[in-house]
Amino acid sequence: MPQLLAALSLIIVLALTSLLVGVSPVSVQNLLMGGDERAMMVLLVSRIPRTLALILAGMGMAMAGMIMQMLARNRFVEPSTAGTTESAGLGMLVVLLFFPDAPVWIKMIIASLFALLGTALFLRILRMLPLRSVLLVPLVGIMLGGVIASITTFFAYRFELLQSLNAWTTGDFSSVLRGRYEMLWVSAGLTGIAWIAADRFTVAGMGEDFTTNLGLNYRRVLTLGLVIVSLISAIVVVTVGMIPFLGLIVPNVVSMIMGDNMRRSIPWIALFGAGFVLACDIIGRVINQPYEIPIGTVVGVVGSVIFLYLLLRKDARYG
Amino acid sequence: MVDLIMAARRRVQPWQVIVGLAAAAVLLIVMFMTLGARGSWSFILSFRGTKVLTMVLVGYAIAVSTVLFQTVTHNRILTPSIMGFDAMYVLIQTLAVFFLGSLTLAKIDPLLQFGVELAAMLVFSTVLFSLLFSHQSRSLHLLVLVGIVVGTFFRALSGLMQRIMDPSEFAVLQDRFFASFNTVNTDLLAISTVLIGLVSMVAWRIHTTFDVLSLGRDHAINLGINHKRLVTLILMLIAVLVSVSTALVGPVTFFGLLVANLAYLMVGTSRHRYVLPAAVLVAIICLVGGQMALERIFAFNTALAVIIEFLGGLVFLVLILRGAAR
Repeated sequence: MPQLLAALSLIIVLALTSLLVGVSPVSVQNLLMGGDERAMMVLLVSRIPRTLALILAGMGMAMAGMIMQMLARNRFVEPSTAGTTESAGLGMLVVLLFFPDAPVWIKMIIASLFALLGTALFLRILRMLPLRSVLLVPLVGIMLGGVIASITTFFAYRFELLQSLNAWTTGDFSSVLRGRYEMLWVSAGLTGIAWIAADRFTVAGMGEDFTTNLGLNYRRVLTLGLVIVSLISAIVVVTVGMIPFLGLIVPNVVSMIMGDNMRRSIPWIALFGAGFVLACDIIGRVINQPYEIPIGTVVGVVGSVIFLYLLLRKDARYG
Repeated sequence: MVDLIMAARRRVQPWQVIVGLAAAAVLLIVMFMTLGARGSWSFILSFRGTKVLTMVLVGYAIAVSTVLFQTVTHNRILTPSIMGFDAMYVLIQTLAVFFLGSLTLAKIDPLLQFGVELAAMLVFSTVLFSLLFSHQSRSLHLLVLVGIVVGTFFRALSGLMQRIMDPSEFAVLQDRFFASFNTVNTDLLAISTVLIGLVSMVAWRIHTTFDVLSLGRDHAINLGINHKRLVTLILMLIAVLVSVSTALVGPVTFFGLLVANLAYLMVGTSRHRYVLPAAVLVAIICLVGGQMALERIFAFNTALAVIIEFLGGLVFLVLILRGAAR
């Protein structure tokens, strides 16, 4: 428990830093002295929503990665290595092409439907694999994602939507303002549900027979997991764009430190997810002031290095 | 489709396949040069001739590098671009502009510049490969996954630096990567032709060892081959070929995979004297035919790379599902 509190206070420090870092000067002094309305407005309209969005998205994506890893029983699966985020992107394109004026929640639902279909397709292909090597699973997922993304690019190119496409393929929190991030609270709710249902996902990961034997409805648990993962991915893609590797690194690093007791590691996964995203976003804001580097790029660099470490470390063993 | 090719090939000799492919390639090139031509012939021939030469060079470079890479690594799903080779080239270019600035670069002789980039590429790739292939125990799937992630890392790092650099510098860089077949630098074309010629001469001198190498490391050593030296030499040749093709048209991830596997299917033997020319011809047919389809059917409204990515990704999935990845 004390470690958890320490981690929590670290997140709070990061969140406070995120509130104070940026082009427009916002300092504690200014806010306490009062009178500086501009600083107050920046804080309320931009910084607080942005920080909340970072925390919510980080927790959500880390959780989604954890659920996928339990369901596919594979450590290297997450929404961006299973075709989920790419499918959500295809869904966004369909919305833009056919219902450009649809309200944001309709966009989200359509993107989620596509994400759900893409993930289901991935799990279906996994069942067809001749041999289930641990590393083959993410490989197939990445390829499937590539094929889906190329379909999206093809149509985006034809209809001159490449620029909008870039907006949701590279995660970027700089456009988060009050009134444009609230959808992420839904993903917070889903994260809560995932927390409660975590042990069911663990059981479902043991296989259909085992699950049925323990008196659980396998199909229902699987569907619940898929729906949660698809919704979270779609919400994050719709509001801030894709954040690669997040769902992969966070649960793996936590399990390297904590072991695989889900009940104990879930709060750690949530906290670490939020902290990782906060830290990467702050780096992106500081490194090239006064410009910003989108978080997708920063996470891409940091995340791929950690992923490589996970793959190549000495004691790693793959079934 | 695959079964059809398999059935057809049983009745056909490998050399007949190659003659057929060569005829198809020549026909396509002639069509490309003449179809819908209006106006001055001297302009059309030199304009379209440059494009055709580029496509032939790129097709040759990608096909040969992929087939040799697959011979060295003993499998049919690894290709230099899947292992992050062309992403590495993009990163080297980005680093050059980032640290030296485009003004300094513009003053340097392009030949020298290309030479330095090539040297960096050779060093990097040798390091990457000795890191990856020195462990006998590492599985193929691990290698592919590591390659993909390394590629992602190179791309993300280039992206990060491109974000940081001055927008006008970035514009210079962007021109270099997306040199499609429509805008090709003639200087570069000449250098590339010379380089590819040199690589081909070296490859020709050692071509008798390719079939022996494909038997596997132990057999090759047993038959009197200095395995380590030969593999290093071939990997260097591959690095040069990849640099040339990436410099000419930018990265195309799955093209090599597509071409090499089609060639294996069509000739039905793994002897390099048949596989290599077949792969080169298939590559030329795909590029010239694809570019023609792009110009005539899609009216330039899409990128060839996107279509290649789509088809190549599907081929990769099918190969894995059929168990070819073992």
